[in-house]
Amino acid sequence: MNSLILMAGSRILVALLVVFSIFMLLRGHNEPGGGFIGGLIGAVGFVIYAISCGTASAREALRLTPETIAAVGLGVALFGGLMAAFTGDAFFTGQWLFIGETEDDKGLPLSSVLVFDVGVYLVVFGSILSLVFAMEEEI
Amino acid sequence: MSWLLALPIIIPFITAVAAFLLRTTPWGRQVSVLGSAAALIAAIALMAAVWREGVIAAQMGQWAAPFGITLVADLLSAVMVVITAITGLAVAVYALGDITERQEHLGFHALFQVLLAGVTGAFVTGDLFNLYVWFEVMLISSFGLLVLGGSKEQIDGGVKYVLLNLVSTVLFLSGIGLIYGLTGTLNMADLAVSVPQVENQGLVTVVAMMFMVAFGVKAALFPLFFWLPASYHTPAFSVSAVFAGLLTKVGVYALMRVFTLIFIGNVAYTHTILLWVACLTMVVGVLGAAAQSDFRKILSFHIISQIGYMILGLALMTPLALAGAVFYLVHHIIVKANLFLVSGVGNRIAGGTELSRIGGLYKTAPLLGFLFLIPAFSLAGFPPLSGFWAKYILVKATLDEGMWLVAGIALAVGLLTIFSMTKIWGEAFWKPHPDGVDPRLSSLPTAHRRAMMLPIAALAVLTCIIGLFPEPFVQFAERAADQLLNPADYVRAVLGIEIGGEVAP
Repeated sequence: MNSLILMAGSRILVALLVVFSIFMLLRGHNEPGGGFIGGLIGAVGFVIYAISCGTASAREALRLTPETIAAVGLGVALFGGLMAAFTGDAFFTGQWLFIGETEDDKGLPLSSVLVFDVGVYLVVFGSILSLVFAMEEEI
Repeated sequence: MSWLLALPIIIPFITAVAAFLLRTTPWGRQVSVLGSAAALIAAIALMAAVWREGVIAAQMGQWAAPFGITLVADLLSAVMVVITAITGLAVAVYALGDITERQEHLGFHALFQVLLAGVTGAFVTGDLFNLYVWFEVMLISSFGLLVLGGSKEQIDGGVKYVLLNLVSTVLFLSGIGLIYGLTGTLNMADLAVSVPQVENQGLVTVVAMMFMVAFGVKAALFPLFFWLPASYHTPAFSVSAVFAGLLTKVGVYALMRVFTLIFIGNVAYTHTILLWVACLTMVVGVLGAAAQSDFRKILSFHIISQIGYMILGLALMTPLALAGAVFYLVHHIIVKANLFLVSGVGNRIAGGTELSRIGGLYKTAPLLGFLFLIPAFSLAGFPPLSGFWAKYILVKATLDEGMWLVAGIALAVGLLTIFSMTKIWGEAFWKPHPDGVDPRLSSLPTAHRRAMMLPIAALAVLTCIIGLFPEPFVQFAERAADQLLNPADYVRAVLGIEIGGEVAP
């Protein structure tokens, strides 16, 4: 599609959607959001880019093929589950690291759950984009 | 303990990631074979633990049952995990010779490993919704494998496969919703405790029937089997071997699990239906096979008739019958996967699977003929091969119940199986090739020939071992059946309570 308005608008939209998707990913532990929704929103950003500027430039902007992103995501998610092995817990047991922990403040909580969520984000992001790109290129 | 249960699922996933990232290098296929071998070791370790300690369970993420996801392995689950790993390794090796470079670049090995992970997950999960998730993992990866390469015929088969499986999935999901509404839990052990306490037992039977139809589609029971012969003859031979061996058996396993653990309140109703469905499945499957003239289509219809035998064992619900069903499952997966692998070699050297267009395999490739005869005779139930013992146990269990008609049907179906096997034998092996070609194994490149013949020979040896030394296998099946008939062990392993509500000290 060759629409100047869409092309100009998509630049802002793509950036907004990708940032928003990361925001959704990070707030997902206790509030609505998480890897799955974040991945979907992030994918929407690139879908808009692909519709306005063509899949070729969208693929170029991604640098990696979406299939590779999905596979790497699966690996990251697995790693998030496997981190429990280092402490001898059951598979997928959440491991927490509190940076700057004091008596009454938990500090910055980092967890293996977040690693898993990042993996899910990448799997959803990659697989949705590989489907959409394939369909765009067929038509 | 928890890692023992999780590893057979984790290993194929790790292998899938590695194989996908390395798919354009020769390392991709090596990784797939190595990963399959590692999965087999993990599976054997799991089975050894179950054999020693009885039913074992683990909670993922240490969220206690019935709230978290439970993995459970009794002997049936453990033996299915082992047999999945054996089939996986055999097909991974076979794929070295069978799968083209283009299919590898599209990600064959990764999809194949994800499929194995899905099948294994379905066997060890102790949660109904988690079972649904594994079904989806299987469905997505098997659809990918079906259409890999994208010929018109493949897309046609793939669409039929996916649509009918989606119908089953929707029914399954509705059944899950209803049972959750009735009991407030989806943990299978917890369901075994709470389903008998539901007041509205009529609705429980309705839900049981929904599960029967949903799993019946997956297992290709009469009259829900038609997707199977429509799709199994289209993909690559490695793919159809692993489908034929494993996919329908997941449906059979799910039926065996829910109809021995959860829905045992109205056995007179549900299991009588299963009994007649089993008989009709046997008969229709074998008649369908008799009417076909394509190597793989005949074998596809045989899967259906063989599924009938397994469900027959479940329907009778006696210790001997269930042992027969477990024995049958193990024997059938090995034999069926092997027959499809043989058909793949036949296709390569004789140039097709349509029986009227090929021939002469016996004269110039006698080794292949011999390796076909072992699984073929075993499937038909010739002594002393594994199929004979499987059928013998089941028919004896039927006669013990005084069901002469059912036993007669089972035996007649065995006879008809031989008939369609002789058709393959006569057409593909004995008849001279219609184009005057001499199909020879030496026409294959050496590396391909080794990769393809090795798993066929190994599976044939396995069939012979089960056939010649059935005693330990029968004992194993009897213990597995015993566990299925006494769900108390299963519930204790998962929830730590005795059936009846007493908390174990």
